[in-house]
Amino acid sequence: MSLKLEHVSYIYGSDTELPVHALQDICLEIPDGQFIGLIGHTGSGKSTLVQHLNGLIEPTEGLITYDGRNIWEKDFPKKELRSNVGLVFQYPEHQLFEVDVFSDVCFGPKNLGLPKEEVEARAKRALELVGFPEEYYKQSPFELSGGQKRRVAIAGVLAMQPKILVLDEPTAGLDPRGRDEILGQIAHLKKETGISVVLVSHSMEDVANYVERIIVMNKGHVLFDDVPREVFGHVKELEEVGLAAPQVTYILHKLKDNGFDVDVNATTIREARDTILKAMKEEGRC
Amino acid sequence: MLRDITLGQYYQTDSVLHRMDCRVKLVGTLAFIIALFVVDNVWGYLLAAAFLGVCIRLSKVPFKFIVKGMKTIVFLMLFAVVFNLFLTPGTPVITVWKLSITQEGIRMALKMAIRLTMLIIGSSLMTLTTTPNHLTDGLESLLSPLKKLRVPVHEVAMMMSIALRFIPILLEETDKIMKAQIARGADFESGNLIQKAKAMVPLLVPLFIAAFRRANDLAMAMEARCYRGGEGRTKMKPLIYKKNDYIAYGVLAAYLVVSIVVGRILPI
Repeated sequence: MSLKLEHVSYIYGSDTELPVHALQDICLEIPDGQFIGLIGHTGSGKSTLVQHLNGLIEPTEGLITYDGRNIWEKDFPKKELRSNVGLVFQYPEHQLFEVDVFSDVCFGPKNLGLPKEEVEARAKRALELVGFPEEYYKQSPFELSGGQKRRVAIAGVLAMQPKILVLDEPTAGLDPRGRDEILGQIAHLKKETGISVVLVSHSMEDVANYVERIIVMNKGHVLFDDVPREVFGHVKELEEVGLAAPQVTYILHKLKDNGFDVDVNATTIREARDTILKAMKEEGRC
Repeated sequence: MLRDITLGQYYQTDSVLHRMDCRVKLVGTLAFIIALFVVDNVWGYLLAAAFLGVCIRLSKVPFKFIVKGMKTIVFLMLFAVVFNLFLTPGTPVITVWKLSITQEGIRMALKMAIRLTMLIIGSSLMTLTTTPNHLTDGLESLLSPLKKLRVPVHEVAMMMSIALRFIPILLEETDKIMKAQIARGADFESGNLIQKAKAMVPLLVPLFIAAFRRANDLAMAMEARCYRGGEGRTKMKPLIYKKNDYIAYGVLAAYLVVSIVVGRILPI
């Protein structure tokens, strides 16, 4: 069960005088159970790309296959694809509409035509996965705080039990605490359910601590597609396209330049701590 | 899918009509509409068509673009034509069941179709060549005598320009919410009328909330910049008539007089 993009290109407004090449010759594969970070500067084509993943946009050129089948084939079950590839849009709380939290989360599974018990069981499970407290299930979604609203919206997609969960900037507009909570929850649910997660972001910091693979987009192209430590090795190129490596990478580079024998490829704070401690021990400073 | 609506859209280019003072265009459109409803014979309509043709030529807006905007109102027109065709009393030509098409009905329907088509092309030509901001500026300036009667002209104009400004924003918002709900398995296309109407709820509720949120933000931003209505407010680009505008007024007056004379007095 994997989603595959082969030479996908997409042009906005191809019939106007100013066509915009949003995507150019994208080749990707999203296998089962992988935690992927999709990074790019504003306007690099990230959002356009993710809308291709569940068939909301038809590519101008190229092939998208799910489970080996072309998703733009005539009889392809789109609804099934959309339940398998769950897409959480930017500011997903703007799509809430029901009278209470629980019925809003039920909307997705209900659309799949499942029986009522199954719908409710799924909604309950999804809300548990995002850590939403049960006593607020019957509250209006419009009375919640920003972070809680977002949890409900994410649960709304999770309730369809996707095999691939795509989140477009899930932390945009949240305070640092809300951001860490949401990201932690996503990492937790990834571990719990074993689904693939694609985390779209423009901040390396956000994804560095969680993902196992990073895809860097620039001007509609895939610039890098590798494990984090390899990608962060290209600090110069990343900066050229308006991105930055995580702060720890910069600190480690500085330390190395000043004669400390640290491993500059450490990507998380934990790894950085270990390599710095090791280097200091070797020098006999502690 | 929602971007096809060209009615009320601005077409960016540089032409005599684009540079013309917006007040002239507003008055001109009004004059054109009046002429259209005053005339009552073939010559009058031909004159109106010729006038419109020249204007379209001067505006440099491709005719195809204007016609594309007409598609959305084809239904309204069919409705008007069919009603006129069947419900005008007079000498019957064909009778189908209890309904009959009368000679007067055919005349009426034809007249209606011609008038409506030209009316819509004429007024969309104005919006195609005038930015929404200019449009409301012109309206405010033209209606300013009403201020003496305590009509809140500036406020009405401001409301209009905000409404116009919000159309593309809300279209974009609709597109986004629609996609988000489709991603949650919503189906906006299949089903009968009732099912379709029901399917709109997940779209309309968030859309209304978004509209209120934006209105609230806008009000706050306006207040933060000390907006307090039109009293004593000056303009960065005040409207000033130029030579071309006076010529245009002259042409309009001539057109109005000629078309009343031709369209009312000549036979047929």
